[in-house]
Amino acid sequence: MSNIQELKRIASQVRRDIIRETHLAASGHPGGSLGCTEFMVALYFEIMDHDPSFNMDGKGEDIFFLSNGHISPVWYSVLARSGYFPVEELASFRKINSRLQGHPTTHEGLPGIRVASGSLGQGMSVAIGAALAKKLDGDDKTVFVLTGDGELQEGQVWEAALFAPHHKVDNLILTVDWNGQQIDGPTRDVLSLGDLPAKFESFGWEVMILEEGNDMESVVNALKEAKTKTGQGKPVVILMKTEMGYGVDFMQGTHKWHGKATNDEQTENALSQLEETLGDFPV
Amino acid sequence: MLDQLTYTEKKATRDGFGAGVFELGNQNDQVVALCADLVGSLKIQKFIDTHPERFIQTGISEANMMGIAAGLATAGKIPYATTFANFATGRVYDQLRQSIAYSHKNVKVCASHAGLTLGEDGATHQILEDIGMTRMLPGFTVINPCDYNQTKAATIAIAEHYGPVYLRFGRPSWPNFTPADQKFEIGKALLLNEGTDVSIFATGHMVWQAIEAAKGLAAEGISCEIINIHTIKPLDEEAVLDSVSKTGCVVSCEEHNRYGGLGDAIAQVLVKNNPVPMEYVAVNDTFGESGKPFELLGKYGLGVDDVKAAVKRAIDRK
Repeated sequence: MSNIQELKRIASQVRRDIIRETHLAASGHPGGSLGCTEFMVALYFEIMDHDPSFNMDGKGEDIFFLSNGHISPVWYSVLARSGYFPVEELASFRKINSRLQGHPTTHEGLPGIRVASGSLGQGMSVAIGAALAKKLDGDDKTVFVLTGDGELQEGQVWEAALFAPHHKVDNLILTVDWNGQQIDGPTRDVLSLGDLPAKFESFGWEVMILEEGNDMESVVNALKEAKTKTGQGKPVVILMKTEMGYGVDFMQGTHKWHGKATNDEQTENALSQLEETLGDFPV
Repeated sequence: MLDQLTYTEKKATRDGFGAGVFELGNQNDQVVALCADLVGSLKIQKFIDTHPERFIQTGISEANMMGIAAGLATAGKIPYATTFANFATGRVYDQLRQSIAYSHKNVKVCASHAGLTLGEDGATHQILEDIGMTRMLPGFTVINPCDYNQTKAATIAIAEHYGPVYLRFGRPSWPNFTPADQKFEIGKALLLNEGTDVSIFATGHMVWQAIEAAKGLAAEGISCEIINIHTIKPLDEEAVLDSVSKTGCVVSCEEHNRYGGLGDAIAQVLVKNNPVPMEYVAVNDTFGESGKPFELLGKYGLGVDDVKAAVKRAIDRK
């Protein structure tokens, strides 16, 4: 339990980083970042066996791919806070000559990033490739990948969803950020995903539903359970219910903060709701 | 020299790819082949029989295949992602762009049935825009070998180059005239025949068309320099400029739209360094149709007579 408390303290700082990164850049995607904070903190600080000195090939490590690259603010924060690059660099997010591009990329050599993402729908395929490489190399570690739920409207996702069970890619854990929101509004209005658990089940996935994707203990437990389900002939998917904008009252549960940064006053308000636990990055 | 450009056998460039990837697979255990339901067409069955664990069948889902290839490359594998040229480029352009080119992944995109000479299947499959599309992707190497032997050599050679490669080849049986023991050097144009009146820069199947044309023109007293541009990007600019400084005019030959392909690549070099008269032998901004390979080459301006006529026009403009 004490460890959960520590993870929550990290999550609070990561949320401050997200608000401050996007405010400084006057752009970016805070909503989905805030919603996935528990998941990302749990992955990097509790679940994954990973090496912050960073090797591109990830041999002998658990590795993570972010398919919905627009939630880069949360990823950059957890990468910096877990030692991949200096925390100070978070201030350069979306600025000219920065390694912290609007959407994550290998192009500027930022440690922790293994493929560019942002154009949606591609990350799951890449993760499958990395998982197959692990099998070829006799590497028993796990590949994690996160996608948005709106992202599931991309056709390539379903090509990948069909492929993974057929080829028994059972060292893969996909998590879907099931917040029900996308840029143009609620997913059910824009293009309904229908019965998502049934879809994945019918494709042959081991399906888990995580009802409390913003409760740290639930997230940690779900990820641990998912790991126990690997190696059994099926890929695993966690359908993770989250609230976009979680942790800041005026940003929570709406698509309005999908791709919009807070102004000065809103930033102050947001930060007043989030404890500074590890020290803010300097500006 | 021109007399020595002969062949004893016609073989398809795609068979050269199949032979190359099989040989490479035996030498290099990091090579993984992927295919989107076109194993027979890509001639990779021998690789699959020998190395079943290093073959990935993706089914008819090329976007997924390119992503998987990028993931394999991330982990240090050398993926050869194979399908028809149309499905290897236009259909998956954003995957090539983001997951492979921008991410600088060591993926070999291997594309058969390029151009008009795939024949009867018609324009849906006869891609004529792929060289242009792949040339525009930063970091991509673009290769279009001319015959079976060269395709085999190129297939093996690209494994030694770290970075994304588009390897383009075709369906029909075609004169196999380059040496079986050739060493393929990426980016190094090959002088096939020395000449003084015109420089013919050709790629892929059109290299043989250029040779036939040059033989015919020699009988009329016209001396053609023929250079095989198997690597369109990076282009061997030195070879282009050296030849042009001698001949003073150019004909480019490619089984591709006149926009964006080899001709444009050469024209860019000429405009900047040595503007000389130039004629394109290329498809004139249109789609193809069903028919036999040579019927199509003739109808769409890629016949031997079209090359000859282009040479004369170029020389007249000097």
